[in-house]
Amino acid sequence: MLKLDQISTGYGPIQVLFDFSLEVRAGEVLCLMGRNGAGKSTAMKAIMGLLPLSGGQISLDGMPISTLPAHEVPRQGIGYIPQGRRLFTEMTVAENIQIGLMTRGKGAETRERVLDMFPRLRERLDQRAETLSGGEQQMLATARALCLEPRVLLLDEPTEGLQPSMIQLIRETVEKMREAGVAIILVEQRIEAVLQIADRVAFIENGYGREVVNTEQLRGDRRLFEKYVGV
Amino acid sequence: MDFGPHLLLAVLEGAVGAAVLALTALGLSLVFGVMRVVNVAHGEFFMLGAVIAWFVATSIGGHPTVGFVAALALAPLIAGLVAVLVDRLILKPVKYDPEATIVGTIGVLYILQQTALMTYGPEARPVEPPFSHRIALPWFEWGENGFAMFYPWGLSTNSYKLFVIGAAIVILLAFWLIMTRSKAGLIMRATQLDRETALAFGIPVSRVYSIVFGLGAGLAALAAVLIVPIQQAHYLMGHDPLLLSFIVVIIGGLGSIRGTVLAAVLIGMSDGIISVFLSPTLSKIIATLLVALVLVFRPQGLFGKKPA
Repeated sequence: MLKLDQISTGYGPIQVLFDFSLEVRAGEVLCLMGRNGAGKSTAMKAIMGLLPLSGGQISLDGMPISTLPAHEVPRQGIGYIPQGRRLFTEMTVAENIQIGLMTRGKGAETRERVLDMFPRLRERLDQRAETLSGGEQQMLATARALCLEPRVLLLDEPTEGLQPSMIQLIRETVEKMREAGVAIILVEQRIEAVLQIADRVAFIENGYGREVVNTEQLRGDRRLFEKYVGV
Repeated sequence: MDFGPHLLLAVLEGAVGAAVLALTALGLSLVFGVMRVVNVAHGEFFMLGAVIAWFVATSIGGHPTVGFVAALALAPLIAGLVAVLVDRLILKPVKYDPEATIVGTIGVLYILQQTALMTYGPEARPVEPPFSHRIALPWFEWGENGFAMFYPWGLSTNSYKLFVIGAAIVILLAFWLIMTRSKAGLIMRATQLDRETALAFGIPVSRVYSIVFGLGAGLAALAAVLIVPIQQAHYLMGHDPLLLSFIVVIIGGLGSIRGTVLAAVLIGMSDGIISVFLSPTLSKIIATLLVALVLVFRPQGLFGKKPA
């Protein structure tokens, strides 16, 4: 479905990813793991077209998307939940959701379906995003991305700093999306969460893609975690 | 004339200045807020609006209202289109780099100014107001026979000046409604708050920048069309609005629409009142001192946010 084929990218003169390849299929959760600075978030930004590629290609269902302007990428059905949530903090919950609905989705129908998934947001529609708790902000970031009716969902450390009940909610949401056939790339550092939810795990080290393995393989042998994540 | 009626006159003069300044500064603030571009050529878009108003009004002829209404529609549109061209040809190629855009807009300032000098000439030319009636203003006093109303000699204003104040209020309200209630406003605010996330949600930031730059210039031109029947159109008339707009935007808080409008009222009114009672030069000195005080004690401006 979504394929990264030997991409190279970075920030200005600083190259972060080197010939990095990855593929995620419909209805699959692929976890991207690596140490801090390995290039996980950079890969997410490159998929979204937020960083120019110096080599390689990204395609969705065989159609190259890395040549599209950045604002066209979400219109192809790629939803993004960035690290740190990156909400429009001075806007209300309703306005943040509206931003998600403007690009794709089915308007009111999508909005109701998403709000049904996060009823707490429905109670806070007129509240400014910056006044929400960390967990509620993560719900809003997720809801905003789901408003795109994504075919591919990118989640960059969505459980960072959240309490267990919120982590559970995020996990349930990811599982629902997988059941709906959405291809999911999840950047996650917590091994237990990865083992519970991922179908495959891709390890990245210093900007190079190292190994992609089935989760089953990792349950009995955690040496790859030690090697590439340091835990 | 007594102090009270004299003060009322000064307040009215100040209100006209504040109304025009609010519109002009709003354009500058919008451009900085959304694009982080310091548009040094902003005053020249004001001048362009006034010069186009003169061209339109004199070309159309007939009743002054016809020419004025045409200028009100055409001048902001043309100034806005010129600004969109500037965005596409200068600002976008330098990737909106803060230093490069300052240098670029200084260049635009001279290009517009000298083009106006070559085509319009060095003369100051008036545009006839669409209407202008003297309105005597009443004054109230508590005398020996109780509360009394009378019309002091010389206490009067002009219907067109009241129109300028009213029109500016209507435009500001419309602008506020667009920014807070419309899809276009939502897109502009999202771009202002987080450009990268806006892109990740399908907002064409580059197109938004062009529209915002055009809108900012259009607001300056609109303000100029309103004031040109009171002042005259001249190729160097952009300097004062630029300086005052910068003062207003710094005091109000960079990028804050609410702060810009309130600071424009404060600066415009004080400019009017001090100019009437003392001297216009002193009013500029005081406004500049106020900026210095704000920069020392509250660098983010009255309504701006401290950088994280």
